[in-house]
Amino acid sequence: MKVHEIIDRLSLEVKTVQGDIDRAVTGCYIGDLLSDVMANAKEGEIWITHQTHPNIVAVAVLKNLSGIILANRRKPEEGTLKKAEEERMMVASAPLSAFQAGGMLYQMLRC
Amino acid sequence: MKEPESIEGSFHLTGGDFNNAGAASSELKTILTKRGISPDLVRRAAIVTFEAEMNVIIHAVAGVIHYSIAPETIRIAINDMGPGIPDIELAMQEGYSTAPDWVREMGWGAGMGLPNMKKLSDEFRIETVVNEGTTVEMLIYLRKDSHEGT
Repeated sequence: MKVHEIIDRLSLEVKTVQGDIDRAVTGCYIGDLLSDVMANAKEGEIWITHQTHPNIVAVAVLKNLSGIILANRRKPEEGTLKKAEEERMMVASAPLSAFQAGGMLYQMLRC
Repeated sequence: MKEPESIEGSFHLTGGDFNNAGAASSELKTILTKRGISPDLVRRAAIVTFEAEMNVIIHAVAGVIHYSIAPETIRIAINDMGPGIPDIELAMQEGYSTAPDWVREMGWGAGMGLPNMKKLSDEFRIETVVNEGTTVEMLIYLRKDSHEGT
């Protein structure tokens, strides 16, 4: 499944212009502790978080994640968007809680 | 076959500079990938470097990350001008942290940094002097046979 399909199905509001939406999504990881995400998220997963500061982009790039979804309509900070555009990391805001977004992704991505 | 030469370099970090967090690990990741090092080893090196960067940014005034890539190992050493660690055993416990609340609200300071660094490196050494600073040295083996016999 591609990032853009998830954007459609979850009615995400994409905040980035340059973010890569054609990447394949292999799974999902949910977390607000950045060390936990760094240790346990896997390449290709899409990340649901409540954090909105620029370090989330650095973590997502380091782990080669496929995108960042901000739960509960959270908005990324300006610096976050700037970094995300540079790195072509898709950042979107979800009109859903982490539970709802994660539940939908679980249904869509489990094989 | 001729062994590739070792390469080394360093990154300078400034305490409190959260905007540049991840820059050193990202650059090291690029260097290691270009050298053809396997993705799993690159991943481990990048994570331990990122955690090291965060420790300096959160706790220290400044620090230097020095890396060297030899045919058998990646060595990553971090030397900081920071508060030092009064009780290393406690600091190595998962979940123990002295980070201030605002750093925890950012999702850092969960007490996972040093344990993750130890877990993901093949050798881990830490030395600290209170009110002077901390040095962490990590080795990641590039060859499977480097593990054996240890």
